[in-house]
Amino acid sequence: MYPQDYHYTKEHEWLKPEGAHALVGITVYAQKELGDIVYVDLPPAGKKYNAGEPFGTVESVKAVSEIYAPVSMEIMELNQQVIQQPELINQDAHEKGWLVKVKVTNESDLEGLLTAEEYQELISKDQH
Amino acid sequence: MTEASQDLKKTPLHAVHEAAGAKMVPFAGWHMPVEYSGVIHEHNAVRSSAGLFDVSHMGEIEVRGKDALALVQKVTTNNVAKLALNQAQYSALVYPQGTFVDDLLVYRISQDHFFLCVNASNTNKDYEYIRSHAGGNVSVVNTSDHYAQIAIQGPRAIPILQKMTAFDLNGVKYYWFRHLDLEGEDVMAARTGYTGEDGFEIFCAPSTAVHLWNRILEIGGNHVIPAGLGARDTLRLEAKMVLYGNDIDDTTTVLEADLEWIVKWEKGDFIGRPALRKQKESGIERKLVGFEMIDRGIARHGYDAHIAGNRAGSVTSGTFAPFLKKAIGLVYLPVEHAVLDQEFEIEIRGKRHRALVVPTPFYRRPNQ
Repeated sequence: MYPQDYHYTKEHEWLKPEGAHALVGITVYAQKELGDIVYVDLPPAGKKYNAGEPFGTVESVKAVSEIYAPVSMEIMELNQQVIQQPELINQDAHEKGWLVKVKVTNESDLEGLLTAEEYQELISKDQH
Repeated sequence: MTEASQDLKKTPLHAVHEAAGAKMVPFAGWHMPVEYSGVIHEHNAVRSSAGLFDVSHMGEIEVRGKDALALVQKVTTNNVAKLALNQAQYSALVYPQGTFVDDLLVYRISQDHFFLCVNASNTNKDYEYIRSHAGGNVSVVNTSDHYAQIAIQGPRAIPILQKMTAFDLNGVKYYWFRHLDLEGEDVMAARTGYTGEDGFEIFCAPSTAVHLWNRILEIGGNHVIPAGLGARDTLRLEAKMVLYGNDIDDTTTVLEADLEWIVKWEKGDFIGRPALRKQKESGIERKLVGFEMIDRGIARHGYDAHIAGNRAGSVTSGTFAPFLKKAIGLVYLPVEHAVLDQEFEIEIRGKRHRALVVPTPFYRRPNQ
C-alpha cells in the first residue's frame, strides 16, 4: 500500500521523485483519518517553501488539515483534477490524488524523510 | 482506544458501534460514533432512504407534580399550556437576560408530567437550573440513565418502523409522540428529528437498545444504514436547525437567534421575558442568518465575517453541505445587513472570501 520508492513525513505527506521534479500528496492513512475530502486549497506555481512549512490545506466535511512541505521546494504545477474532484484523494491518494508537482530546492532534505517501512511503523503505533 | 477515551461515557450501543467499525470520537463527555461508512454517504442515505442514529447521549429530565406545568412554563419560552397529552414542542431554557441555558424538546406525557430532552453537554447544568426554580408540589429528576435514544430518519423511516409495530404510525403527526410496543419492547416514539427529514426518535430502556437497533437494521435491509454524529451535524445544518455551543449559547438571545416563533409573549410571565420584551422593543442589533459561499472555500465555526472592510460578526456553523453540494453556514450579522442577498466576506486563513445571505432552511424536504 505504501510504495517503496516514495518518501514519507510524520505529518502524513508523501513525496515521489520523478526525474528532476517530484510529486507531493497525502497518504492513504491521512485521507482515511480525514474522511470524505471536499476541498483542496493549493498555492500558485512559483511559490517557494522551506521544509516543514505549511503550503496548502485539505478539508473533509468535518475538518481542516494543513499540508506541510516535505522538503524545501518550489511549486511547479497543481493537480487541477484533484481541485475539481477532491474525492480523488480518498479514492487514490498515492497516484491520481497527488496535489502538487515541485522542484526540490534542497536535495539533502530528502535524507530527513521516512522510508515506507519507517512510515508504516509510525502509523501502526498511531492506531493503538 | 486512547487513554482519555476510557473516562468517557458509553451508550448501550457502544460495543455495537465498535464491532461495526465505526470511527469513534469523544463528544460531550461520551465516546460516540462520528461516522460509519462516510459522512457524505450517510447524509445522502438519510435524504434518499433512511439512516439510524444512536443519540443516547442526549439528556432527559422529568418534571412531575401539581406544579410541574407552572415550573416548565416559568423556565421555558414556548407555551407549555398549549401542549396536548402526547404532544411535543421545541423550546428554549433561558436566563433572565434572555440568553440560552439550552434549547430542548418538551414532551407532555400527562397533565402533570413533562419530559424534557436536552443537549448532552448541558444536562447537569439544565437540571440544576430547573431545580433552582422549583417550588410547591413538583419533582425534578435527571432520568438520563433510564433511557437510550435511537433516531431513524429519512423517507423510508416510517415504512421500516411500521413493520415493527401494530400501532398505526401515520396516526402520530409531526411533533406528537406515543408510548407503544416496538418488537415487544415498550418505547416512547416521537415523530421528531434533527435532520430535516420525516422519522422518529425512540426513547427506550438501555437494556433494549441493542435489540431494537439490530432489528431496525435487519428489517430495513438495504433501505437503512447506521449513521454517525458527522452526518447528523451536516443534516441539521442543511435544515437550519441550530446547535447549542455553536449557533446559540449563554451570550446569544432567543431573538438574535431568529427563534421568536418559540417565544410566546401571550402566555404570561417567564424567566427572560422582561429582557426579551425590552430587546424586542428597542430592536435586536444582530441576527443569525444563513449564507452560502460565492468564492471557493469552506467557512467554519469561529471564522470572522467582514462588511465593507469592518469586522461584522462570526460564523457559528459552516460546512460543505453534502446534499446541496455547496459550502453553507450560519453567521450573526448586524441586523441592517442580516437581509437576503447581502454580500459579505469571510476570512479563511488570512484571505477574504465572498459569501451571500440566502433563504433558509437551505434544504426543505419534498412535499413538506
